[in-house]
Amino acid sequence: MTFVKTKIQLAKIAKDDILEVLVTEGEPLENIPKSATEQGFKVLGIEHVQDKIHKIRIKK
Amino acid sequence: MEREKKISIICFSGDFDKLVAAFTLASGSAAVNYEVNIFFTFWGLNAIKKKKGRVFTGKGFLARFFGFLMGGINNVPLSRLNFCNISPKLMNYMMRKRNVATLKELIDASIAIGVKLYACEMSMHILGLTINDFIPEVNKEVLGVAKFIEISEGGDRIFI
Repeated sequence: MTFVKTKIQLAKIAKDDILEVLVTEGEPLENIPKSATEQGFKVLGIEHVQDKIHKIRIKK
Repeated sequence: MEREKKISIICFSGDFDKLVAAFTLASGSAAVNYEVNIFFTFWGLNAIKKKKGRVFTGKGFLARFFGFLMGGINNVPLSRLNFCNISPKLMNYMMRKRNVATLKELIDASIAIGVKLYACEMSMHILGLTINDFIPEVNKEVLGVAKFIEISEGGDRIFI
C-alpha cells in the first residue's frame, strides 16, 4: 500500500519535482526504491530519520 | 503466447476480509503498472453500491427487500467470527491503529490508481439493480461472461 500511495502522489506532482516518502524498515524500504526505479523515476537518496523511519527522495 | 501484465479479479464475495484482499491485490498490481479489472458479481456488488448503508434499492418488492438485507459497503460482514457485524468495525479500528489501509482507503486508492470496475449484468438483473445504483467510478459498460472473457484475455483471472 505504501507504493500505491507513492504512485498516487507521483501522479499529482510535475515532472522534475521531488517527492519525499517516509517509510518504516522492512518491505516498504526495500520495495519502494526498487519499484520506483523500475518505473523510470529517479531515487535521489535514502536518509535515516529516526528509529526505524527512513526518508526516500524520488524525482519524477 | 506471452502473458500480458493484466489481472482480472472476479469479486463474488461481499465479505469484508475478502474485499480487503481483492482491493489490496488490485491497487498493488496497478501500482506496478498492471492493467487491473475487477468484475463484481452477486454479493460483491455490495462493495460498489452508491448507498453505503441498508436501504431499499432495486426494482420490485423482493429485490428491494434483498437490497435492504444485503446493504452496502458499511454492512459487509467478516467471513468468519462476524458477531452481528461488530467484527468488521473492530477490524477497521485495528487496521487504523496499526496504520494499515482500511477497506475504504483501499477502494479509494484502487480508483485513484486506475483500477477498472465492472458490474455483472446477470446479478444486476436478478437483484433489480441499475448502473445508477453504483458509484460513478463503475464502468458504464455492464459485463456478461462473454465480455469479461474478452477483456481478461491474455492476463491472469482470480476468483475472490
